[in-house]
Amino acid sequence: MIVPILKQGEYLIASIQSALTDADLVALRDALVAKVGAMRIRGVIVDVTSLDVLDSFASRTLRDLANMIGLRGARTVIVGIQPEVAFAMVQLGLTLEDIPTALDLEEGLLFLASRR
Amino acid sequence: MTPGTEPVVRVPIQSANDLVDARQKGRALAGELGFSTAQATLIAAVISELARNIVEYAGRGEIVLRPDGAAGMIVSARDAGPGITDLQAALRSGYSTSGGLGLGLPGVRRIADSFEIESGPGGTVVTLAMKK
Repeated sequence: MIVPILKQGEYLIASIQSALTDADLVALRDALVAKVGAMRIRGVIVDVTSLDVLDSFASRTLRDLANMIGLRGARTVIVGIQPEVAFAMVQLGLTLEDIPTALDLEEGLLFLASRR
Repeated sequence: MTPGTEPVVRVPIQSANDLVDARQKGRALAGELGFSTAQATLIAAVISELARNIVEYAGRGEIVLRPDGAAGMIVSARDAGPGITDLQAALRSGYSTSGGLGLGLPGVRRIADSFEIESGPGGTVVTLAMKK
């Protein structure tokens, strides 16, 4: 399942549409890191509203994605973590460490705009 | 539900692509058994961790899901891989031999209502119970 990546101004928005395999997540990470340079992007939003779970692999891949994009000079915000997904993550002791999160796409865009 | 008529769901795990199927089947069974959506998501995450361990350390195996009477659900992960050399270490947070963060198994053990692991040269079986 390829995750569509939309460009809106100087931001990229990746909207995960369904459950993803590990390989899909890694492909998303690599595509976003590449596009940040190719399109001169300042901020990336990853919308995980439709993700079925955020297990240890997905959490780590999102952290890696944000750290790699940070090294490229852009910011990442993860939006749309559902209440039950947040519950499962906390129960399992998984975190996104210091990666910014926001409620939804709209809040994510506001977050990036406020940190220009 | 009377013993013997309980549905048992077996999901073969042959590659990381089978994790999504295992998670979805676990979530579906949890829903049928009356778990909340939050608990069903937790069960799906637990299955994902166990199935990924199978792929990483044994290559292939299976996830077996069954009702635990009216109380909950039993999740088993079995493989015929090389076994876990240092069980105590594998259950410790931060330990990983595969380059991961080693958060999978310890997290799963912490939230399970019961947790058993048998591992030897013939393979590994992890069995845990999730209660409603």
